[in-house]
Amino acid sequence: MTTSLTQSLSFYFSSTDYLLALPMLLLTLFALGILMIDLLLPKQWKQVNALTALAGLAFSAAAVGKLHWAYHVAQRQGLPFVDTGFMGSLLVDPFALYFFYLFLAGGAIAVLMSIRYLEIERENHGEFYALLLFSIVGMMCMAAGYDIVLIFIGLELMAISTYVLVGFLRRDKRSNEAALKYLLLGAFSSGIFAYGLSLFYGLTGSTNLAGIAQGLQQIIATRPNDPIVIFALLATTTGLLFKIAAVPFHQWAPDAYEGAPTSVTGFMSVAVKSAGWAMLLRIFLFGLYPLRSIYVPMLIFVAIATMTGGNLAAMTQTNLKRLLAYSSIAHVGYMLLGLIASDGRNNSTGIMAILIYLLVYTFMNLGAFAVITSLRRRNIIGDEIDDIAGLYFKAPTEAILMLVFLLSLAGIPPLAGFWGKYFIFLSLIQTGHYVLASVAVLYAVISMYYYMRIANAMLMRQPIEAEPVRLGPSMRLALTITALGTVGIGLFPNFFINAVNWSLGLTQGSQHMAALLR
Amino acid sequence: MTEIGTLHYLVVAAALFIIGTIGVLTRRNVVIILMSIELILNAVNLNLVAFSRLYGLHGQVFAIFVITDAAAEAAVGLGIIIAFFRNKETVNVDEVDLLKW
Repeated sequence: MTTSLTQSLSFYFSSTDYLLALPMLLLTLFALGILMIDLLLPKQWKQVNALTALAGLAFSAAAVGKLHWAYHVAQRQGLPFVDTGFMGSLLVDPFALYFFYLFLAGGAIAVLMSIRYLEIERENHGEFYALLLFSIVGMMCMAAGYDIVLIFIGLELMAISTYVLVGFLRRDKRSNEAALKYLLLGAFSSGIFAYGLSLFYGLTGSTNLAGIAQGLQQIIATRPNDPIVIFALLATTTGLLFKIAAVPFHQWAPDAYEGAPTSVTGFMSVAVKSAGWAMLLRIFLFGLYPLRSIYVPMLIFVAIATMTGGNLAAMTQTNLKRLLAYSSIAHVGYMLLGLIASDGRNNSTGIMAILIYLLVYTFMNLGAFAVITSLRRRNIIGDEIDDIAGLYFKAPTEAILMLVFLLSLAGIPPLAGFWGKYFIFLSLIQTGHYVLASVAVLYAVISMYYYMRIANAMLMRQPIEAEPVRLGPSMRLALTITALGTVGIGLFPNFFINAVNWSLGLTQGSQHMAALLR
Repeated sequence: MTEIGTLHYLVVAAALFIIGTIGVLTRRNVVIILMSIELILNAVNLNLVAFSRLYGLHGQVFAIFVITDAAAEAAVGLGIIIAFFRNKETVNVDEVDLLKW
């Protein structure tokens, strides 16, 4: 009986499939483990959950490292590396591996930020860490999905876990409300996205991205302006733009970011956004590439609206989390410019810029949110600009770190944020989008204003309340990692640029992204 | 009498999609908005199943996944609505107004 089951399973799945899915399988295992161990833990031992989550992330990272090494060895010896699994629905190529590392780093820093914060909020339950790991599994499916079924399931696994995480402070009205808004708008956009995907399946007869690209190529050749193709494209684009919070689908972001627990806000602004980008790049540059001449004009409009909306709305905010939410919308606008400039065939600088930007953004934005998280004290919510006033006089080291993160977000040269913007602008210049480049530079200057407003409150004003800011060991570690990342990438960008070039399969002198486009 | 073909299913699905979208945009009760979202997902299912008559089983498999996803979304959604109702005693979206700029 057992042998026949194994045999019939091995007809469908090989051991390579499981090896490729190992990072996800390990995370799922640890998440389920947390849910079970949590039942047995006495109240004062809840920190074990966080440790288990970190162990799960470490094991998953080791599995990603193993895949990375296998790929490296195969490449060096000129052997073929089997990177598709589960009948072509999973594709673990260097592009996916790069995003795996990004998600795991973001998740680990978010766990470190959460430990003390959840204790103060008295919501220290194991489910928090389990949901965090589940959402990372979903993100991995999105980055490695080569089939719209897997991409959609990954998207929903991530989204549903995040809805709960946003509403995790169940006694807090703002958290309830944020979760409700995020849920309604998120589910609505997923529905529209799925409708678009179902139409693409109907048009091309395939759920595989390669099949969709091939089918669309033929349709576009015979009927260039087919209304159903355009409607399907609009529906799919709506879903994709919603997930990365681009104007006009950004309304949920400030509300969800403000109401969510601060460590979750940090996690959402980097990891969830990176996952959205991974999915968007795969779909736009590969599956829907034949429609590029239709979607680029839409994206130009969206990118300008996103930069305008994000930057202008951020200027008037008084809540730190809301301000950073609008700033993150503005950053999405810059990244969209990279996609407009580069198509991955003739020019790839923009795509490379997006990947660098996401890496840099992971460190600098999580760092800024880590500082805001530490402002939550016994009776102080600590997310208004007034709460950060005079931070320099209370906790000088932390204030200096926050200044570093803010300058990096503004894109000041020796820091990491500069390189993200530099390559975006470079790609625009290379492809002759001079107007867009000047608009982007203009907005980058405007953004200085609201970042400096925070810095001004922190360094120049006197503290409003006397409650000291204390850091736990895990928060210190989170701040150290993010600060090292922000300064390190800024000073030694070459290593990271090489990593991104490897993940896109860009070789010296070639602009064709061999890895992503196959 | 004409035979019922793929197009008929697609028209029904499109109608469901439009009803769902209008429901989300105009209704004020959160539970009804959630039901409208379910309508949209069912439109997707109908599309997928109709197309899979032409192309093979992939669409039906996708539809099963979408059904599962709709169930999960409804469970989490109702949970969030209950948590919200406990604190605010309302399920009306007009009164969801704590967070705004």
